[in-house]
Parts: sequence; C-alpha cells; structure tokens
Amino acid sequence: MSLLQVNKLSKTYPNLGGPPVQAVSEVSLHVDEGEVLGVVGESGCGKSTLGRSLLRLIEPSSGEVIFAGKSLTRLSQTEMKAVRRDMQVIFQDPFGSLNPRHTVGYIIGEPLIVHRRGNKAERRRRVEELLGIVGLPQDAADRYPHEFSGGQRQRIAIARALALDPKLLIADEAVSALDVSIQSQIINLIADLQKRLSLAIIFISHDLSVIRHVSDRIAVMYLGRIVEVGPAEEIMQAPKHPYTQALLSAVPRPGVARTERIKLAGELPDPTDPPSGCAFHTRCPKVMDVCRLERPDLVQRQIDGHPTPGEAACHLYPA
Amino acid sequence: MSQQPLLDIEDLKITVGGNAVIEDVSLGIAPGEMVGLVGESGCGKSVTALSIMRLLAEPPMRVAGGRILFENEDVLEYSERALEKLRGDRISMIFQEPMTSLNPVFTIGEQIAETLLLHREISSSAAEARAVELLERVGIPGPSAALRRYPHQLSGGQRQRVMIAMALACEPKLLIADEPTTALDVTVQAQILDLIDDLRRETGMAVLLITHDLGVVSQYCDRVAVMYGGRIVETASAEDLFGHPRHRYTEALLRTIPASNPPGTDLPAIPGAVPPPGRRPSGCAFHPRCHAVVEECPRLVPDLVGGTHRARCWNPVA
Repeated sequence: MSLLQVNKLSKTYPNLGGPPVQAVSEVSLHVDEGEVLGVVGESGCGKSTLGRSLLRLIEPSSGEVIFAGKSLTRLSQTEMKAVRRDMQVIFQDPFGSLNPRHTVGYIIGEPLIVHRRGNKAERRRRVEELLGIVGLPQDAADRYPHEFSGGQRQRIAIARALALDPKLLIADEAVSALDVSIQSQIINLIADLQKRLSLAIIFISHDLSVIRHVSDRIAVMYLGRIVEVGPAEEIMQAPKHPYTQALLSAVPRPGVARTERIKLAGELPDPTDPPSGCAFHTRCPKVMDVCRLERPDLVQRQIDGHPTPGEAACHLYPA
Repeated sequence: MSQQPLLDIEDLKITVGGNAVIEDVSLGIAPGEMVGLVGESGCGKSVTALSIMRLLAEPPMRVAGGRILFENEDVLEYSERALEKLRGDRISMIFQEPMTSLNPVFTIGEQIAETLLLHREISSSAAEARAVELLERVGIPGPSAALRRYPHQLSGGQRQRVMIAMALACEPKLLIADEPTTALDVTVQAQILDLIDDLRRETGMAVLLITHDLGVVSQYCDRVAVMYGGRIVETASAEDLFGHPRHRYTEALLRTIPASNPPGTDLPAIPGAVPPPGRRPSGCAFHPRCHAVVEECPRLVPDLVGGTHRARCWNPVA
C-alpha cells in the first residue's frame, strides 16, 4: 500500500470579478514509503499549490488525500496537527521560513514543544543530534538565523523538519535559491537522509536536472495537471509527452550543443481561461485536431517502438 | 581577439570601506562578440557590469584603480553629462527582474519613446513608429496595441522582450545583460536567449552576459570569464573552458552540477561557502575549498597566465 495516495485533487482560487483560477485540476498520484517522487513544471503549473494542498496548508477544493491509510480531507484541525508530525515541509527561502528572533536551537526544537515530546534536557539532546545529522556545529544552537549563510539556513530548516521523525517530506524548491556549489551539498544531504531514514520525499522543482538526480519517479505538470508520470530514467531517456520533450531539450547543459532543440512558442496560458481540450495544444509542435476538442486522460498508453507502455496524457498515443 | 576591442577593462579595482569588492579585473570584448561572465553570488560579476555604465552606488563603492576603455575612451573620466549620452545609447543594460526596471505608471510605448527622444532628434510620431518596429522585432504580438499597455498587463517573458526593445532602441554597440533570464521559465529562457543571440548577429552589437548558469554560457557565448572572490580566475573560449577547465574552481563547479553526474550518485560537492568581500582568504581566495592546494595557494595571489586560455591557479588542471 502506498504511504500517500492522492485522488482527483483540485484547487480553485476565487478571482475577483473574473472566472476562478484552476490552480490544480484532478491530480491523482501516489508515493510509496521511502520513495522520492519528483514533481517538475514551470511557474504557474500548480506544483506548489499541490504540495501545500497535500498538507492542507491550502484547503483543496475537491478530491481526496489518503496518508498512511487515513483520509485527511475531513479531519479537524486538531486531528490534522497529529498527522502533520509525519508530513513535514521545507520551502525555497530559508530566510523567510526561519523566525529571526529565535535561536537556531529553539527553531529546531520547537516542533518537539508543540507536540509535547520529552522534557527540556531530552529536547536539548535531540536538537544536538539533529544538528549533527544535518552537518551543523553544536554551537549553532545558541546562534540566530541571520548569522548563517543560505546553505546553512537550509540545513536548519531540514533539521527542524526532521525533528519529529516524519515519514514524508515535501521539499518545495528547496535548493533553487542556492548557489551552484552549495546546491550540491544540500542535494547530497537530502539524498543521504532519505536513504538513512527511509524517508518518502515529494521533491518539487522547476529544475529538471535536479529532479532527475534525486527522484525515483517523476511527474510532469502543465497548467494544473499531470501530463506525464513514470520512472525517472524512462522519462529522461524517452519522454512521451511533447511538453516533457520540449522541457528536456530547453535545459541548457554545459558541453551539450544547442542543435535540434524543440522550440516552444508563447508562454503558459492564462489559468483563468485554460485552452480547450489539451491545455498544451496552443504551444504543441505536434498538435492535431482532436487535441483542441478533447482532453486526453492520463492513462497507460502504448508508445511506438517502446517495449512497455507509459503513463501520459497525450492523443499521439493510443490508450 | 584579433580585432581592436570595443570594451577593454584594465586592472579594475572597486572597494567598499577599504575592502576590495573586485580587483585585478581585466576583460576585453570585441565588436559582435558574446562574452559570458559567470560566478556565484558575491563573486563580483554584477559590480563589474555596473561599473562599465558607472551605475555603482558611489559612495559607498569607490573605483580605486584601473581603466574602463570603451571605444578607446576611459569612461571613468567621463563627466556626468557624457555618461548620460553613453547610457542607453552606445551601451544598454537589461536586468533580471523586468518588472522593477519598467516604470509601472507609463505605457510601454512611452517608455521606449523616452529613450529615443532623449538620445535622438526625432519627432514623437517617428519615435512611436520606431517603437512599433522594435516591439515587432522582439516578438511582441500586436505591437501597435502593445504600445498602449502597462507593464503589469504583460507576462514575465513579454516584459523582458520589452526591456530588450528599449535597450535596442538606439542600436547600442554593447548590451550588458545581467541575469536576463534567471526569473524566467526554462522554455521562455530559451526564447529570450535566442532573441538576444539573433539580434547581435543581425546588428553586430557585442553582448556581455552575466549569469550563474554554466549551461547558458556554454550554449550562447563565444568566450567566458569565471569570477571567484572578486577576481577573474579563468578566461577562455567557451569550448576550451568547458572542454578543458584549468582553474580548480571551474573544474569543481563543472563536476558538481547534477547534469554532470549519474542520477542518484553522490555529487562531488565543493566544501564550505563563497566568502563575502572583507572576509576573503589570503592568497588564492578559493584555497580553503580546493582539493588540490599547494604550498603557494594560501600565501600568494596567482597571476592570470596563459595565451588565449588563461587561469589564475598555482596548481592548474593538467
């Protein structure tokens, strides 16, 4: 059984004087214990809204989230608080998410206080242990967030997220604000913790090369929907959806020539007025008549010359 | 560079309160050339770019030495009036966040025309016609209607296109682009960089592209300069630099990115963090993070040596 099962989750934002914004539309996915699911897409694709809806930091409009066999959708705030012990989140900006007036020791130990874990001495010991786990010096506990660099602040955020031994970690653009040389340190740390603690992780990022590096499976989002999902290497080696193909070929990599790139015209459509049929049809280089009329379902599809079927929402391939 | 350089920065040093922000910075750009200036935050790449247009916050920043020759004239000796004529006319600049560089209370058309009316003696109707032409060239759909729109009515990619149109209004000899696509999505980034590249081929303007993204530099630039700790540590053609990095920092940076490594493996990380100005180590600023330190590294700053491929390293990659 999956640790997390999401069924047809949608989130609509009201929009004063206009049609509502459909940020996430009928997203279904699952994450197994100890598995890393990468969620990739460009800004406005709904990936962050999805992450927050799973924890009910944003209330979903419809659909269901089942975590460890328990449906979260109708839980009271008190019941939700208990569930959040096992589901933690880290965000992009480690400056914005750490209270500047608290010491690092307090910040990391606060979840233990909130959830009434241990006495003062035990909490102190746990904080010391967590500092060690994320590679920060012990004296960090008595210092303040502003005394640390961006990479170190992200280590603090990770230590805090791990304080209660969660089963699932949602990392929302957790390495995107970091410099290249620091980014790899944090990626290594997250990957190492994932293995040591057999954490399940939903790794949300716009950066495909990071997603590829950390994920077991990858879900690609476009305008609120998952357009393709599958094992990481399959997605990277043989992307099926034309959007995934374009996204892959648009990433500039050192030493890789800029030839034969798939060029996409235009930008993400207005989410208050999504295109009919497949939302990608306005930019798709392989658009057909049916794409404008009918929305393709995300189902197993047989791909020409491919031994195994893949899960994609695209009319190019028979369902 | 066989040609006479368009821009020639010589031994530039800029300080803040006695601390060097950049020093020994020498960089040349030939007409029509696209040069990438890469490095992580705090390395001095943006300060270098701003100094060319004399846009530094002076004080607290101060030019403590060196020359910036643009078409054989030292812009450091320019009067404020001469600088006014230089900026937006012979040299233009675009920034990361087009929303903060565009004025929210004026239309796109008014903002493009402003540049033209300031630098060229033309009528406002001629300026408007030129603005339409520019918007069309940068790929804004319905350019005549777009003239009457305000910045907030455009998407991020379109705003950056408008910034480029403004920068091109007076056909500059040099375009300085400071992280022009960092705020944009990857599919839109490719469109904007392709546009800049097409325009420089068409008009023969030179481009100084400032970025932290090694992939972008490798795909678009003729030559690359890598900065670390306020100095240029390596400079070469893009092909040589990415094919055979010589400085240990460049080598480490290329090895650490996820794209260079098999999925799921430990990334060869660079320990420590980029030192801020004022707390830079002695000798080679990279030495505390370097895996190939030799005796000289902590003591002496190495010179930038070599022919067309130059590195500032005591123990360069063979």
